[in-house]
Amino acid sequence: MRISVQEAPFDLGQESAAFAAGHRDMGAVVTFTGIVRDLPEDPMEAMEIEHYPGMTQKAISQIAEEALARFSLGDVLVIHRYGRLVPGEMIMMVATAARHRSHAFEAASFLMDYLKSRAPFWKREISRSGVEWVAATDADEDALARWTPRAP
Amino acid sequence: MDVLYFAWVRERIGLPREKVETEAVTVRDLVTELRAREERYAAAFEDISALRVALDQELAEFDAPLAGVREVAFFPPMTGG
Repeated sequence: MRISVQEAPFDLGQESAAFAAGHRDMGAVVTFTGIVRDLPEDPMEAMEIEHYPGMTQKAISQIAEEALARFSLGDVLVIHRYGRLVPGEMIMMVATAARHRSHAFEAASFLMDYLKSRAPFWKREISRSGVEWVAATDADEDALARWTPRAP
Repeated sequence: MDVLYFAWVRERIGLPREKVETEAVTVRDLVTELRAREERYAAAFEDISALRVALDQELAEFDAPLAGVREVAFFPPMTGG
């Protein structure tokens, strides 16, 4: 398991290849990459990502540990950037390795749902019309509900 | 204890962290004390349903006790990923 919280860009190809090469006993590797998107109606100049240095690494590790156990993963990788990013730049990636693809896909989805609302990052978009904090949505929170078994 | 603020909570209060001497029993009591300080605190803590709190870097509830806690952080719902 590797967790990296960093300001610097990362090389998706290199990271994915290294991750996949390290797991000969795992038949499935899934990677997801989040990219700063540009909205044509209000061109974004930059996205600034703030985080809580003392907590970020720990919170992501807990999420990753949970994914490892829950989906019987062989390994997991999470890279998440902070600082100022421009449209087109990669914000983060996750990679999961499992024996079978369904577990690798599910685990990547689980990681993304939890990173979205349980990892201490806050995004702010800078565009010509001003600076705006990205608000969390009910859908983000609802996404977590499907991983939590309902009380009987 | 150290009290930390992130994102728009930090902007409203105007600083990222400060030392706070308090006898507050729960997070909610601490919020009541901070709110009473100045308008900028009142503005930041106006609606705590829009806020999240972490105690010693673990997410917590507003009813959680502060005994033994060294670091309290207030922030809006997270937007990672």
